Amino acid sequence: MTNNIVEIDNLSFGYKGRLLHKGINMVFPRGKVVAIMGGSGSGKTTLLRLIGGQIAPTHGEVRVEGAVVHEQDRDGIFKLRRKMGMLFQHGALFTDLSVFENVAFPMRELTDLPEAMIRDLVLMKLNAVGLRGAHVLMPTELSGGMARRVALARAVALDPSIIMYDEPFAGLDPISMGVICGLIRSLNDALGATSIIVSHDVKETFLIADYVYFVADGIVAAEGAPHDLMQSTLPFVHQFVHGDKDGPVPFHYPADNYRAELLQTPTT
Amino acid sequence: MIKSRLFNSVIRTLTGIGHRVTERIWRLGAGARLFFLAIIYSGESFKRFQLTMREVYATGVMSLLIIIVSAFFVGMVLALQGYNILQKYGSSDAIGVFVSLTLVRELGPVVTALLFAGRAGTAITAEIGLMKTTEQLSAMEMMAVNPIARVIAPRFWAGVISMPILAALFSMVGILGGYLVAVPLIGVDDGAFWSQMQANVDVRLDIMNGLIKSVVFGVVCTMIALFQGYDAPPTAEGVSRATTRTVVISSLAVLGIDFVLTAFMLAS
Repeated sequence: MTNNIVEIDNLSFGYKGRLLHKGINMVFPRGKVVAIMGGSGSGKTTLLRLIGGQIAPTHGEVRVEGAVVHEQDRDGIFKLRRKMGMLFQHGALFTDLSVFENVAFPMRELTDLPEAMIRDLVLMKLNAVGLRGAHVLMPTELSGGMARRVALARAVALDPSIIMYDEPFAGLDPISMGVICGLIRSLNDALGATSIIVSHDVKETFLIADYVYFVADGIVAAEGAPHDLMQSTLPFVHQFVHGDKDGPVPFHYPADNYRAELLQTPTT
Repeated sequence: MIKSRLFNSVIRTLTGIGHRVTERIWRLGAGARLFFLAIIYSGESFKRFQLTMREVYATGVMSLLIIIVSAFFVGMVLALQGYNILQKYGSSDAIGVFVSLTLVRELGPVVTALLFAGRAGTAITAEIGLMKTTEQLSAMEMMAVNPIARVIAPRFWAGVISMPILAALFSMVGILGGYLVAVPLIGVDDGAFWSQMQANVDVRLDIMNGLIKSVVFGVVCTMIALFQGYDAPPTAEGVSRATTRTVVISSLAVLGIDFVLTAFMLAS
C-alpha cells in the first residue's frame, strides 16, 4: 500500500472553455499536514472539490486510498467521503440546528450509534475545540471564530482519515486564527489523519504545514517544506511569501492602454 | 450596409429567442429531474417521518393563520355576492349551496394554493437558496449525506400533505364565514342553508374533485418552490429572483392547471 492517501495525477480541469488546472501533480502522504497555496482564483478550492468528487477532472485523475474518485458511482463516492471531513470557508453550519445538533448530524445520519453515545462523542468533540459550554447555542449566536471551531468539530465527528480545510483562517481575528491553527495541527496528530489546507495566509500555514504546494497559472509553480520556500528565490514564491505588491503576479488586471481609454468618448 | 445591419439584428434577435427557449426547456428538464429524484429518494422521509412532520409544521401549520383569515373573508364576500344574485331569482335559500360548491370545487384549492405559494413557497425557496449560498448543501454532500433525501424530499412530502388539509380547512372556514353573513346578518333560514348544502354537495363529484385539485397543486407548488431554491444562483440577487419566480410561476401554474383539471372533471 502506498504511503500517499491522496494522489493527484496529471490533473487538468476547466469549465466554460477556460482551463483552470493544466496537468497538476500532487501527493498527500498519510499523517502529514499539506498546504495548497496560491492567489485568489487560482483554483485551490476547486482542487478540494475534485478530491471530494463534487466535480470531475477534464483530464488526469485523483486517487483517494488508491481509488480513482471520478470513476466511482454515487455510492462509491459517498463511501470515500465517509473517510473525509471538510471545513468550509465560512463553516457552513446548519442554521436551523444548534451547535450540539450540528456536530451530532453526521453521527445521526451515517451511523446507528445509540443516543447516549452520540451525546458523549459530541461533547468530547466540542471539548476538543474548547466549545463544550456552547453546545446549546445556535449558529447565529456564535462569532466567526467559534463557528469555524464548531465546523471543525463537525468535520472530525466521525474521525476521518482525511481532513480538508478551505481557507480556515480567512476573516478571523488573530486570537481565533492562532486557536484554529493549533487545533488543525493537534487534531491531525491526535487522530492520525492527513490534513489538506487550502489557504493564502502564509504565516499561519507555514507554521503548521509539513509540505506546501504553490499553485499559479494552473500549474504547481513551486513546492517544498515551508522553511525551504521561505528562502526560495523563485520570483512568484518570493512575491507571495513576502507579499510584494508587484511581481510575476501583476498589480493591474490586463486592460487596454490607460491613456487611450481615458480619452475615449463614451458610447452610452 | 443597411441590409447587413438589419440581417445581423434579425440574427441576434432570433439567437436571443432561441437561447431563451432552450434555457426554459433545460430548466423544465432539470425541474422534472429533481422531481423524480425527490420521489426516488423519498424513503428517508417516511422512515424518519419526524423529518417530514417538522416540515409540515413549517409549511402547513405556519400557514394556518393566513389561510383561516383569508377563508373567513372569502366566505363572507361569497355570501354577500351570492345573496345579491340569488335573491333576484327568488332562490336566496340556495346561498348555502352556492357558497359551499364555490369553495369546495374552486376557491378552496385555488386560493389555498395561491396563498401557499406566497407564504410557504417563498419560505422554502429562500431557505434552500440560502442553504446553497452558505454551502450547507455542499457540506451535506461532503458528509456523504444526500441533500435530496435529507432536505428536498421531506419538504416535498410536507407540501403534498399540507396542501389538501389547508384547502379543506379553507373550505370549512369559508363556509362558516358565509353562514355568519347569510344567516345571522342577512336572515336566510338556518335550516335551508344547511339542508340544501347537504342535499347538493356530492362527496365524489365535488369534495373528491376538490381534494384531487389540492393534491395536484401541492405537488406543483412545492416542487416549483424547491426547484427554484435548489437552482438559484448562490448570490443575494439570485435567491431574491428565485423567490419572486416561485410566486409568479406557481400562481400561473395553479390557474392554468385548474382550468385543465376543471375541464376534465366537468367533462367526465
